[in-house]
Amino acid sequence: MKLDAKIPSGPIEEAWSKACFDMKLVNPANKRKHSILVVGSGLAGSSAAASLGELGYQVKCFCFQDTPRRAHSIAAQGGINAAKNYPNDGESVFRLFYDTVKGGDFRAREANVYRLAQNSTKIIDQCVAQGVPFAREYGGSLANRSFGGAQVSRTFYARGQTGQQLLLGAYQALERQIHAGTVKMIAKTEMQDLIVVDGQARGIVTRHLITGEYNVHIADAVILATGGYGNVFYLSTNAKGSNATAIWRAHRRGALFANPCFTQIHPTCIPVSGDYQSKLTLMSESLRNDGRIWLPKKKGDARPPDQIPEDERDYYLERRYPSFGNLVPRDVASRNAKTLCDEGYGVGKTGLGVYLDFSEAIKRLGEKTIRERYGNLFDMYQRITDEDPYKVPMRIFPAVHYTMGGLWVDYELQSTIPGLFVLGEANFSDHGANRLGASALMQGLSDGYFIIPNTISHYLATQKFPKVEDSNPAVQEAVTTVKARIDTLLSIKGKRTVDSFHRELGKIVWDYCGMARTAPGLELAIGKIRELRQEYWKNVTVPGSGDDLNESLEKAGRVSDFFELAELMCIDALHRNESCGGHFREEYQTQDGEAQRDDEHFSYVAAWGYTGPDSAPELTKEPLEFHYVHPSQRSYK
Amino acid sequence: MRVTLKIWRQKSSSDKGQFVKYAVDDVDGEMSMLECLDVLNESLILRGDVPVAFEHDCREGICGSCGFVINGVAHGPERATTACQLTMRHFKDGDEITLEPWRAKAFPLVKDLVVNRRALDHIIEAGGYISVGTGQAPEANGLPIGKEIADKSMDAAACIGCGACVAACPNAAAALFTGAKITHLGVLPQGETEKHRRALAMVAQMNAEGFGNCTNIGECTGACPKEIPLDVIARMNRDYLCGSIQRRDDLPAPIPPVVEGA
Repeated sequence: MKLDAKIPSGPIEEAWSKACFDMKLVNPANKRKHSILVVGSGLAGSSAAASLGELGYQVKCFCFQDTPRRAHSIAAQGGINAAKNYPNDGESVFRLFYDTVKGGDFRAREANVYRLAQNSTKIIDQCVAQGVPFAREYGGSLANRSFGGAQVSRTFYARGQTGQQLLLGAYQALERQIHAGTVKMIAKTEMQDLIVVDGQARGIVTRHLITGEYNVHIADAVILATGGYGNVFYLSTNAKGSNATAIWRAHRRGALFANPCFTQIHPTCIPVSGDYQSKLTLMSESLRNDGRIWLPKKKGDARPPDQIPEDERDYYLERRYPSFGNLVPRDVASRNAKTLCDEGYGVGKTGLGVYLDFSEAIKRLGEKTIRERYGNLFDMYQRITDEDPYKVPMRIFPAVHYTMGGLWVDYELQSTIPGLFVLGEANFSDHGANRLGASALMQGLSDGYFIIPNTISHYLATQKFPKVEDSNPAVQEAVTTVKARIDTLLSIKGKRTVDSFHRELGKIVWDYCGMARTAPGLELAIGKIRELRQEYWKNVTVPGSGDDLNESLEKAGRVSDFFELAELMCIDALHRNESCGGHFREEYQTQDGEAQRDDEHFSYVAAWGYTGPDSAPELTKEPLEFHYVHPSQRSYK
Repeated sequence: MRVTLKIWRQKSSSDKGQFVKYAVDDVDGEMSMLECLDVLNESLILRGDVPVAFEHDCREGICGSCGFVINGVAHGPERATTACQLTMRHFKDGDEITLEPWRAKAFPLVKDLVVNRRALDHIIEAGGYISVGTGQAPEANGLPIGKEIADKSMDAAACIGCGACVAACPNAAAALFTGAKITHLGVLPQGETEKHRRALAMVAQMNAEGFGNCTNIGECTGACPKEIPLDVIARMNRDYLCGSIQRRDDLPAPIPPVVEGA
């Protein structure tokens, strides 16, 4: 298969406007004749569904939660980037583009990233018009801060709840369209399969999570905006329900999966406290703006932090990266913490933790200022750990947070299945091998508000959509497959719970395909994952039935997909013989332990095709070309 | 430590429900209330019993999925804390902890601790937005908004839509929820134009769903995990009153409520 990314020719600054002009439009009177399914109601899904409804298409939007407002975008804390340059500090569209390509360690597509940077300013305008209460200066203008390694202040925020406020803006726009009758919201419903008729994505099979009812929804195009797959690790900062089922089942139907091994480990999370732990809690990395990260210079130093004198502390990020200090990108900060903890310098009862210390910032700015900036985060930390971070340094440790990989899409956000579009974290497109802080919200909203309304009209205007009956063999086959899978899971009646399998799977992926990877480790992991998957299909137990609310059954389906995805992640990580961004192969590092890219051999997107649960996936490469940002060794020293 | 969970079990709204007691051993103080339920559910599944159904998702207090009444208090004894962030260190060894679902006519029971809160979406759908389409926005800094106003708006916008305010209210009113959205949007200049129409539509929907009337008791703000202030209700009443004087002939028709005949 040859992948055509459909990148417009000509200067990058004009690529998107040229593409918009070249794309065909659907006549206003014809829009209501086209139907679109949007799966997922986070930033990308809600904004897409609302915008497409406004244009006059018939839209159905699906979410597995009880209301679209609960999608996990709501938990994003820190902020959203935009190239507004309000602080007059040297920001520009080009700089945001440059930083994102560089931050992604030169594994993202330039044209996509440039468009993202261009759209960023419109996103802020749109959100303010919707009533998103961004932080303001006393004069009434929007406040900005520097965030996660950026040297300009380009981040807009609403306290520590930026994701919540942006999602509520999109949710309200969606509810407005629901009221107007252009969007039908179908909550508590999970997509189980994609219906592909004559090579076109034409619908989905769903299961209602309360009644257990199966339904077929036929449309002219399908949009997946179902988020990332971080929960493959079991412990992550994702919501418990976040899952890869929609994208994985689309993958099984022919959509290529790109760069699955590019996962992001966030450096500032609350450390694990026990075996019962169900998820990890993120502390916004905005904390790194004022907090200093350190460890004792002595291994296994058990003294309380206030009894460790200044000259016995190692502010290791400031020492190793003097120009960026505590603000190095996420992958660099995470890996440093892991390495030192593995060497025995870690703190806390498990030894898997580093200090994030605010005492100097409190001395310099006063407790009141710190409370204003981070009050809700400090409260959250105290609620969970019972320690007061105004007095005792926080303990933090890296945790899985975001997945840069996802379904392969072209410049129009269309997957390799015509009519299947993928938005937000579910696609692979904009962040390369590492995402910069405050860029996920930007991408979700750029995809949903400003890109898909243009690109989908081109698809709808240039294709034919013969009527698909429920009796169509492709529909029948999809329904039968879905029912058979669920019936099988219910009938195994083995001896282990779904969670126990998921926990074990997560541990394997974390140990061998987490912050540091090696070829022997990955080979071992692939074997272990296969073994565990086989045991799963023989020994899992799912209580209850399929015709009422049954969370174990929901989880059982999701975990069955995580097994296959975990294997693909390891295969991808094993094949990529280089280190880049979040993908760190121990064999490929510079003398001082930094990631060593191999642009000659690996400057491409690895897109994998599904060939069956037990056969090797098929690799297709999309070469990456850099005309505007010259690939260089990332250096934050 | 060891605790006893006394949990409301009910298969569906048409089945009869009852409290059932379960002992949970090895409870750690750092465990959250939901993790304690996870531990219980794992043991129920291995015993061949049906696990306890409860809503949850982000488990960091922001999605609004979780919530049930813990020892008679919505989300439990800790101030400004959702059930997912309530750690077990607030209980003692040997405690019996009672868990029951939100009880309100507008929130029909689904199963065990899960209720249907779609009525809250209906209230937003009726008018909880600013009527602006994608692409219609002017330059963001073109409209200065004072920090105090932005802060006041944000205080109200922090609502997570969990429904604790309804569960805590003796009248099962949704005034705090509705008032929070009316305040979030109404104090901002972008949202001011529509504030009367918004209040009329949202209050009409709130009534249609079968929520009770507000009698200024204030339990709602006490139970609210985001500490939404009570004065949002005063703003709702004021916008509603002004609106009904100005546009009394223009009352919108409500959406069919979740509970028939509510």
